[in-house]
Amino acid sequence: MAEEKKLFKVKIDGIPVEVEPGTTILNAARQIGGDIVPPAMCYYSKLQGSGGKCRTCLVKVSKGSEADPRPMPKLVASCRTTVMDGMEVANITSPEVLEARKGVVEFLLLNHPLDCPVCDQAGECHLQDLGYEHGADGTRYEFKRREFEKIDIGDKIQLHMTRCILCYRCVFTADQLTETRQHGILGRGEASEISTYIHKSLDNEFIGNVIDVCPVGALTDKTFRFKNRVWFLKPVDAHRDCENPKCCGKTVLWLRGDEVFRVTARKDKYGEVEAFICDTCRFDKKETKDWIVEGPRKVDRHSVISQGQYVGVHKPKDALPEVLDGRQPKLMMNIHNISQVNRPEIDLSRIEGPAHSDDFKN
Amino acid sequence: MQALTNRAKPVDRRPMTFTEKLYLPAIAKGMVITFKHIFQKKETISYPEQKRKFSPVFRGLHVLNRDAEGRENCTACGLCAVSCPAEAITMEGAERKPGEEHLYREEKYAARYEINMLRCIFCGFCEEACPKDAIYLTETFAPSNYNRESFIYGKEDLLIPMPGEKKKA
Repeated sequence: MAEEKKLFKVKIDGIPVEVEPGTTILNAARQIGGDIVPPAMCYYSKLQGSGGKCRTCLVKVSKGSEADPRPMPKLVASCRTTVMDGMEVANITSPEVLEARKGVVEFLLLNHPLDCPVCDQAGECHLQDLGYEHGADGTRYEFKRREFEKIDIGDKIQLHMTRCILCYRCVFTADQLTETRQHGILGRGEASEISTYIHKSLDNEFIGNVIDVCPVGALTDKTFRFKNRVWFLKPVDAHRDCENPKCCGKTVLWLRGDEVFRVTARKDKYGEVEAFICDTCRFDKKETKDWIVEGPRKVDRHSVISQGQYVGVHKPKDALPEVLDGRQPKLMMNIHNISQVNRPEIDLSRIEGPAHSDDFKN
Repeated sequence: MQALTNRAKPVDRRPMTFTEKLYLPAIAKGMVITFKHIFQKKETISYPEQKRKFSPVFRGLHVLNRDAEGRENCTACGLCAVSCPAEAITMEGAERKPGEEHLYREEKYAARYEINMLRCIFCGFCEEACPKDAIYLTETFAPSNYNRESFIYGKEDLLIPMPGEKKKA
């Protein structure tokens, strides 16, 4: 049965691409790449069954297929709709899609608290990007937003239900990566929330991945909580030989000086992790000597994380010590003697959980 | 080399004429210019007796603001530090503990906040970036000093006093 598979010819925003039958429009667009890829908040290529929840990936199908050229009556979710032969899809070329996406962003932000200045996800948040690219400047919502108390799911993961957009990614992660799923979505409609059975803690060896898959700041790393902003940290690729056979051990360390502030999995350009990592790598190996550092991670120039990270810098030769016979120039002031920030006795990355006022007492 | 402006003139290297060699007309011309300035409006002022009027958008020393209930506005979001072109601002955030609600407005606050006034260029970007109305540039001129250490402004130097609380002498 060496029959060659028939490839479907699809046109997305006028760009032709040939994909296998059964591919979704979103994945066909990702094969082309660039600006025409619809944004996705809930679809996650590594998680089976994800997608279809957030509606940000809506596209217009202007021609159904070669056999049936009628356009689809409504905008379709591209992560859930498979391609047909001869299908023509309009994404950014259709004003209708852009208008609909603006509306979707507005709906996603309805109950979002907009506490980005406090949120640890700020700077790498997909909802921030989406709101910036597709959303309106201001909110028209005048009513009370959903309010929840923050919940500790286990001692390493913090759940802010107010920020959740109900994408179900974390539920799929727990379902597919770990042996027992202990959390899910309770309630329906506006009342639905991510929760565990009577706030049971989540302790699986892979449960930390829910932090990485969360597109917003609903699930955050408690060991990193409030310690620094992501754009002040330097991401480097690192790996270690993890004892866990299911863990790849390939991670990104977020450094400030020699301090490892947090460890995450490596994310691709769509913000999806390349391979999942175990909780030992994520939470317990917070020292550079545990890791083999490969080199600085390439950060997109348009990301705020790239600020202050100079690429290809040529440092000019300092001729002064040579002229002064190896003597260093006299320091007028050593900032580390005066500055209260970055005191060596307060090692923020070593503190369990967020720092509190007593950590700064001395 | 192409001239940057069209004001460049080649230097006149011809030998001086007799009147030029006398120098007297040139001295007289110079004196006229000098004495003319005595009767013109002075551009300088006698500081500190006199002070120049500041522009309404003058940007001086920073303050960290509190809200109406005296709680600190700053949440250590880092936007001032990231917008600072001189990289003068550093901070360390901490989580508010139960019982500290009267001190800090939000669950996160700046435990340490520092502006290096030696680096600061008073561009006001921090004020513009601040989403919480926490940092403001006042109309106070940054004071001078003899040692560099005093230019590192910590939270105690920047934060406005609690309303009703007497400032320590």
